[in-house]
Amino acid sequence: MTSTQKIFAALVLAALVVPFVPGLIYPIFVMKVMCYGLFACAFNLLLGFTGLVSFAHAAFLGTAGYVTGALMIRFGAHPLGVPAAFAAGVAAAALVGFAIGGLAIRRRGIYFAMITLALSQIVYFLAVQFRWTGGEDGLQGIPRGSLLGLDLASDTVMYYVALALFCAGFLFVERVVHSPFGQILQAVRDNEARATSLGYDAGRFQLLAFVLSAAVAGYAGALKALVFGLVSLNDVSLHTSTEVVLMTLLGGVGTLLGPLVGAALVVGLQNYLATIGDLVTVVIGLIFIVCVSFFRRGLVGEFLHWRRRRAERARPLPAREPPVVAKVA
Amino acid sequence: MAAHALETRGLTKAFGGFTAVRDVDLAVRRHAIHALIGPNGAGKTTFFNLLTKVHKPTGGRILYEGADITAESSAAIARRGIVRSFQISATFPHMSVRDNVRVALQRRLGTQYRFWQSSRSLAVLDDEAMRLLADVGLAEAAEAQAADLSYGRKRTLEIATTLALDPPLLLLDEPTQGMAIDDVDRIKRLIRRIAEGRTILMVEHNMSVVADLCDTITVLQRGEILAEGSYAEVSRDPAVRAAYLGGGHLGGTHG
Repeated sequence: MTSTQKIFAALVLAALVVPFVPGLIYPIFVMKVMCYGLFACAFNLLLGFTGLVSFAHAAFLGTAGYVTGALMIRFGAHPLGVPAAFAAGVAAAALVGFAIGGLAIRRRGIYFAMITLALSQIVYFLAVQFRWTGGEDGLQGIPRGSLLGLDLASDTVMYYVALALFCAGFLFVERVVHSPFGQILQAVRDNEARATSLGYDAGRFQLLAFVLSAAVAGYAGALKALVFGLVSLNDVSLHTSTEVVLMTLLGGVGTLLGPLVGAALVVGLQNYLATIGDLVTVVIGLIFIVCVSFFRRGLVGEFLHWRRRRAERARPLPAREPPVVAKVA
Repeated sequence: MAAHALETRGLTKAFGGFTAVRDVDLAVRRHAIHALIGPNGAGKTTFFNLLTKVHKPTGGRILYEGADITAESSAAIARRGIVRSFQISATFPHMSVRDNVRVALQRRLGTQYRFWQSSRSLAVLDDEAMRLLADVGLAEAAEAQAADLSYGRKRTLEIATTLALDPPLLLLDEPTQGMAIDDVDRIKRLIRRIAEGRTILMVEHNMSVVADLCDTITVLQRGEILAEGSYAEVSRDPAVRAAYLGGGHLGGTHG
């Protein structure tokens, strides 16, 4: 077990007892953290492992949310309604990801980011225009339905199902990073020209990473629609796209646990500081400035860096070659 | 089988009004070590970039084993077996030395798009990666990060990674550039050894390396072929002598 897996297992164990201590922490709040945590993991899969910055991730979260929500409203009572709506939501997000990624991947740097931004605004526009998305109202009163005979209307049941889905999503991202594909992805990020000269089409690996990232963002969006029973325009907005950048950078880009920590921090601040109203944005903004100025690796990134440095200091210096001593004849 | 491993016909590259490579007809015999030399700005690196599709040629054709590869992508010609090394060392800095070699070996498994499989499935390549590293004298550095290697060892690692693909045609861009004299000798021996059963085309400034290793030498000047032949023939050529330091001795290192 790697240390990441150990820490994740500890977090899951802690999450298992949450419904028994509602006075300490709300299960609904933890579910929100899980949704945004997955969303940030998806974003990090792209930024952290390909170096591509996307401003389109809300489009994937929202698309899946709308599709899953709309299908649940119509077919939610069906015993297979939940898995079918979920799968359709994820597939829709992956498809939108393929379209946006396929167009944007031809450009680099800021141009890539701007193309994703422009295309995600089109998705936002469509969400306002379409009737099935509810336009300005969004989708409300989405039923949770049932899964394997369990009625998800109960918050406790929903909580454990959400926790299981969350674990599956996180482990999927971890697997992608530590797969033969992930290995080449790292090579492409490290030295694109060299990877190409070894026969790997860099663009194809980046596109597949983009689609996988979109699919996981969609997975988070589908879960969010199911848990909260509503999908709004905020879910496809630029604001959400930038929020996920913030979460990922705060937690530590390129680390597996960082996005979870970042999401917990941002969602936590929004929840517990809700009383101060719009000032929350200012507080989060200040934290962000401090983070990029002093902890550029993010919370988890700085921690890992500190631990590595300590391990290096503890290790004895490598043995030097023995000095050459002139032989006395 | 075509007579030559690699051939260019009328290969031309113009950047705006400036023609970096003009009408070059080059034929590289199979299993030869062929050098491309010339003063700075002669178009050697541009020519290499044309061969590996970093640049699109303005005119002319490139043939590999008789097949026209002018329109193919960089990655596609690498899969045909033309692999280049770079002027500045090209490693994957954040990977271990062993993983650098493994990335090249992985192409053979055909699992590069399998995002659902565990990377433990790549362990089957470890033995071969270690054998390749031992071959070039890097075995004891296998676990080190590539970024931490010395310059000479990075170049050695790059060659090991290139050899992992077992390419029939190797393009070496200044393999000994910036190396200490001991490293140059080591790379020289290494190139001679790996040339067995392969074709090598290299750009090189170090004339002692060219004189010792290469069967054929092509001299480029201002994007055009000035002379071609063995080292003895080329170094006697008056035009070549004129191009190099105005008739000076063709030897030593021309940086």
